[in-house]
Amino acid sequence: MSAAQQDILPVRALRKLGHVVLFLLRLIGQCGPALGRPRLIVAQIYNAGARSLIIVMLSGLFVGMVLGLQGFDLLQRFGSEDALGVAAALGLLKELGPVVTALLFAGRAGTALTSEIGLMRATDQLTAMSMMAVDPLRYVAATRFLGGVVSMPLLAAIFSVVGLFGAQLVGVGMMNVDVGAFWSQMQGAVNLDDVYEGVIKSFAFGLGCSLIAVYEGYHAEPTAEGVGLATTRTVVASSVLTLLLDYILTAAFL
Amino acid sequence: MKIDRSADGVVIDVRDVHYAVGGRPIFAGLNIQVRRGRITAVMGPSGTGKTTLLRLITGQIRPDRGQVLVWGRDLATLDRAELFALRKRMGMLFQNGALLTDLEVFENVAFPVREHTDLEDELIRKLVLIKLHAVGLRGAAYLMPSELSGGMARRVALARAIVMDPEILIYDEPFVGLDPISLGVIQRLIKQMNDGLGLTSIVVSHDVRELASIAHDSYLLSGGKVAASGTPEQLRESKLEVVQQFMSGLADGPVPFHYPAPDYEAQLLGRDKS
Repeated sequence: MSAAQQDILPVRALRKLGHVVLFLLRLIGQCGPALGRPRLIVAQIYNAGARSLIIVMLSGLFVGMVLGLQGFDLLQRFGSEDALGVAAALGLLKELGPVVTALLFAGRAGTALTSEIGLMRATDQLTAMSMMAVDPLRYVAATRFLGGVVSMPLLAAIFSVVGLFGAQLVGVGMMNVDVGAFWSQMQGAVNLDDVYEGVIKSFAFGLGCSLIAVYEGYHAEPTAEGVGLATTRTVVASSVLTLLLDYILTAAFL
Repeated sequence: MKIDRSADGVVIDVRDVHYAVGGRPIFAGLNIQVRRGRITAVMGPSGTGKTTLLRLITGQIRPDRGQVLVWGRDLATLDRAELFALRKRMGMLFQNGALLTDLEVFENVAFPVREHTDLEDELIRKLVLIKLHAVGLRGAAYLMPSELSGGMARRVALARAIVMDPEILIYDEPFVGLDPISLGVIQRLIKQMNDGLGLTSIVVSHDVRELASIAHDSYLLSGGKVAASGTPEQLRESKLEVVQQFMSGLADGPVPFHYPAPDYEAQLLGRDKS
């Protein structure tokens, strides 16, 4: 292959994809040994998960309140405003919960991961670890990856719960939907498969977003500009991947 | 220029190493030997590949041609686990210390111990305090790396480098950017570590005067090769032009003051554009 051929976009994209997949395989290989250090992973769950709680809960509340308003407006046209609970629950569990949480996760936790690892690379911390015979892929990358993968479904679940509360706040509190109808219709119409769909989606998004964040940080150019660019790429790639995966998974579940 | 003071064995043997980055040769036939128990200085102007040499010696990169032998083993033939096993016997001091910024000083020094041993906390505490005391920073054990000065950070990194009792200690530009007092401290520590702990030390630097007072053997790199070697005194008496220029800090000589550029007058008059 000539140099010009090597540089065209599809070839570059394919090479990058291969690089990411190889990195993922190496990362998964290090996840086993990393599990032997649960304290490190718990610290990363705190960093990626607990520290994203406020933004996730706040966003969940507002999204739920908007759902309450829009859902009520739509449903009352058909005289079925009692179904507001069902609409809000399905919307949150299957779509908005996982997707919006993943987008927030990419912006809040993903960027933090990328810039942290990128700066560790830029300040020789990763090389220093490897010189001390500690594999940075295990100590730094795998622990953060696992932390993200564990956190995402939990955050999405919390988002949905707070969202439901927001929908009830507006629907029942302001729009006078019957509280009994709101909850009992939800109970009747939402089944376990809907919940599973949300859980699987949020798990997949967590996997994708954490992988991208760790990959970009690990391979960031060790300069101020390089780390900045890597952080931007994390948000862009995570968001696009989330929406793409969402379509694929939705199609698969229907 | 023979530098064999004792008959001690060669610990690190760099044999006819060739290495190029992006087609630009860094080393072309480099030969360096580091002997047990001695302080070996590797000097040279900026950009002569001193840091690249350290990366070769520690197996971070592999030579295009030639061999790097450490304790008689060719680094290029080792797999990752063997290389890591070898690195456990080496300590390295990075130019900026490379402390882990999310851990306090104590945990930074304890890091390799916690990772590689199952020692009890009480024992680790004593070990770390002993090493911190050796570099004079026992009192700074509970500071964060961001609270340390450059010289202190380097001393903490030194304590971390020696905490596993390595046999080889590698220093990358240990004197850069230090005030005279910190510089003297580091200089004394390098000497003390080497003599007191029976280490083999490699110091890569361009600070001729600081090195001359502690090094047993010196190598001067230029143009991808060893331009001169011997004791610091021998280097100073060398008649080689490049050695003279480096040892006495002359602005122009075999290492030119000007980076290669088109003709000055032609460029100023804009004639180079036509």
